[in-house]
Amino acid sequence: MTKPVLLTMTDVRIDGRAGDDWLPIVKGVDLTLHRGEVLGLIGESGAGKSTLGLAAMGFTRDGCRISGGSITFDGIDLVNAPESEKRSLRGRRIAYVAQSAAASFNPAHKLIDQYAEAPVVHGVMDRAKAEKDATDLYRRMRLPDPEGIGFRYPHQVSGGQLQRAMTAMAMACRPDLIVFDEPTTALDVTTQIEVLAAIRDIVAQFDTAAIYITHDLAVVAQMADRIKVLLRGDEVEEADTRTMLDAPAHEYTRTLWAVREHARAQQPPASGTPVVSVRGVTAGYGIATVLDGVSFDVHARRTVAVVGESGSGKSTAARVITGLLPPRSGEVLFDGKPLPPDYRRRTRDQLRQVQMIYQMADTALNPKLRLRELIGRPAQMYLGLSGRALTDRIRDLLHLIELDPDRFIDRLPSELSGGQKQRVGIARALAAEPKFIICDEVTSALDQIVAEGILRLLDRLQGEFGLAYMFITHDLATVKAIADHVVVMQNGRVVEQGPKDGMFRPPHDPYTELLLSSVPEMDPDWLTRLLAERGATG
Amino acid sequence: MTLWHILLAIAAAVVVALAAGWLFRAALVAATRGDLRRTFRGAPLTATFGMLVILIYVLVAVFAPLLAPFAEREVVGGQYLPWAAPHYLGTDNLGRDMLTRLIYGARNTVGIAFATTALAFLLGSVLGLWAATVGGWIDQALSRLVDALMAIPALIFSLLLLTIFGTSVVTLILVIATIDATRVFRLARSVAQGIVVMDYIEAAKLRGEGTWRLITREILPNALAPLVAEFGLRFCFVFLAISALSFLGLGIQPPTADWGSMVRENATLINFGDVTPLLPAGAIALLTVAVNFVVDWQLHRASGLKE
Repeated sequence: MTKPVLLTMTDVRIDGRAGDDWLPIVKGVDLTLHRGEVLGLIGESGAGKSTLGLAAMGFTRDGCRISGGSITFDGIDLVNAPESEKRSLRGRRIAYVAQSAAASFNPAHKLIDQYAEAPVVHGVMDRAKAEKDATDLYRRMRLPDPEGIGFRYPHQVSGGQLQRAMTAMAMACRPDLIVFDEPTTALDVTTQIEVLAAIRDIVAQFDTAAIYITHDLAVVAQMADRIKVLLRGDEVEEADTRTMLDAPAHEYTRTLWAVREHARAQQPPASGTPVVSVRGVTAGYGIATVLDGVSFDVHARRTVAVVGESGSGKSTAARVITGLLPPRSGEVLFDGKPLPPDYRRRTRDQLRQVQMIYQMADTALNPKLRLRELIGRPAQMYLGLSGRALTDRIRDLLHLIELDPDRFIDRLPSELSGGQKQRVGIARALAAEPKFIICDEVTSALDQIVAEGILRLLDRLQGEFGLAYMFITHDLATVKAIADHVVVMQNGRVVEQGPKDGMFRPPHDPYTELLLSSVPEMDPDWLTRLLAERGATG
Repeated sequence: MTLWHILLAIAAAVVVALAAGWLFRAALVAATRGDLRRTFRGAPLTATFGMLVILIYVLVAVFAPLLAPFAEREVVGGQYLPWAAPHYLGTDNLGRDMLTRLIYGARNTVGIAFATTALAFLLGSVLGLWAATVGGWIDQALSRLVDALMAIPALIFSLLLLTIFGTSVVTLILVIATIDATRVFRLARSVAQGIVVMDYIEAAKLRGEGTWRLITREILPNALAPLVAEFGLRFCFVFLAISALSFLGLGIQPPTADWGSMVRENATLINFGDVTPLLPAGAIALLTVAVNFVVDWQLHRASGLKE
């Protein structure tokens, strides 16, 4: 029953250059992949997943080198093969699907032209045949309008469709192996499902082997036959998907599984004047209306989660509250008193009370300023601290976000990891001593273990300082973990709102139902079951 | 035979330059502490050679009266005397000492070019960053004004302005600086436009920061790398612009020593196979190369690129 072996990696070691030294990224990993088999590679960021995935194509990023071990693909030694031979393999027999399809397509060419490039260059088929083939694959990937979609440019199709078109493109030469590098991480849950189902079907139809790299356990459970867990360049364990889910052998694997179990207890309903109250806000850009009569309250010591897919108006609601986008009608009350609609008209104290933490800590922290100034500036501005008092305050804040002041106070953001940067974003918000903090997708760019740490930190700080949070997210697992009250938005309207416990119990608004059912579960049969259910009802 | 000599001379010059760069780097590392020391230790030899050359030019410019054997405008002998003591580099078309005029030329040409470039950058980058930060009608007004100024060919425009306002050193600096500032404005504005959309600028605005602080603390540090690179290029262009104007008789006025006009005054000697007129040209070339070596290194460091 076992199929022939396609790819063997033995004791693969890959180093990356750091200044004059070579640091190990992958420290001797073995891997065997049979024809038609899907292997999931999982681990937190920096575990070496992507590096290992690329090495399966005999490729290393600039500044990296394969320093030991062997990689054999169907009898060909990829470590020592000449570049020309490897090039003829890539695209034809081994293909790669990157995380961001939007960044991987050339925006200047139509989808079908890019589709046809590899087969024509490798001499697998001529242009006319490639076009016919593309239409066929687009149909199999369940893309709308398979005859016409290839003649659009990348910016004319949605992110989920682009990711499917990219997978179709990787399939063009009917490769033996495809490496998927986090293909759905950048998509929201409802779109993710379509892409996952399409990828799974097409891989099965052509009996293609695949390496599926992700940090999302629930996703890998749907896709892979076997799972390999990596930690800092070392293999932790490898097992078949069901065995791994039922009985993880290693301590580290168990912590990965446990991440999803953190949940905040339901708080009693709050009373009194809400800290922030959004009343019937309608707002938009130009003639487009993005928010339509939105109302909700946020109380002290409570977290309101605003959920919805991209384009539902979540972030616009935050822009109205901060005053970046004055609403057309409706108002925002702070402690019962109306806030001026434009941030330029707010007093310094009103600005201080409403702070924001951004999704991308990379762009939210000025890369040229040291933590001392990044965190110190709000304290200096709003609280008038200077000299010794300011330094003490900065050190206190660094303690609060669990970073050692002596080591971190004079660092630049580029000298921090993703999770540390997000912590600095939190410290900057706290430095103003606000009553209300907007968290805009603060954990969606982080992997689960790091995200978990951030959520726990936010939870603790709320208890300590009595903060009110507005938590914008598209991830319902995050909602479960942190929210007290949930606001579901779709197309600029609030479709449902209420306490968290009620929200996860039927009956639901149909849209809430769709969102809830789209969150991947750890059960490997979840996707199959869900698709069957949806097929039956829809 | 001759070709061999030339190649040999070039090779020797490169070796000497690298050796000088190496020695200067060793000296810098020995003389400094901490962060600065680490920076210098990592500097390539081209960069330290560039710094050494710039340092020498600056010293020569500052101490010109002490270093020069004669006075700047003094006629000391016959015309076009050959290289012999006490006139080590001979004399020029009026019988003035060539070495003396080269030394004073450093003060005039480099000083004026530097002052002009610095002024152009102050004006252009402050206005450019300001326009990008506030946007709206201020941005429109400034940008259209700059477009209008840039529509007129630079040399003709400066000739026009110098004819109107007269040809003193101060007007020369102001005119060239104004014209060059338009180019700096365009660069600074476009670089800043990429920065003002970042979340950290939004965060700073929401914090209630004033425009001046936004520009100096939040935007400028991130826009510095392309501006520094432009400074090196612009410095060379200004040099050439001054020389061109001097050639046309509207630049630095004789008898003030200036490398650009020195080339022209002594051009006849080239017909006789004498390299003396090329010495001021060589001085210009060496300085431009040195400035660009240092700028390249700074750019490399600022952009975080590693080999």
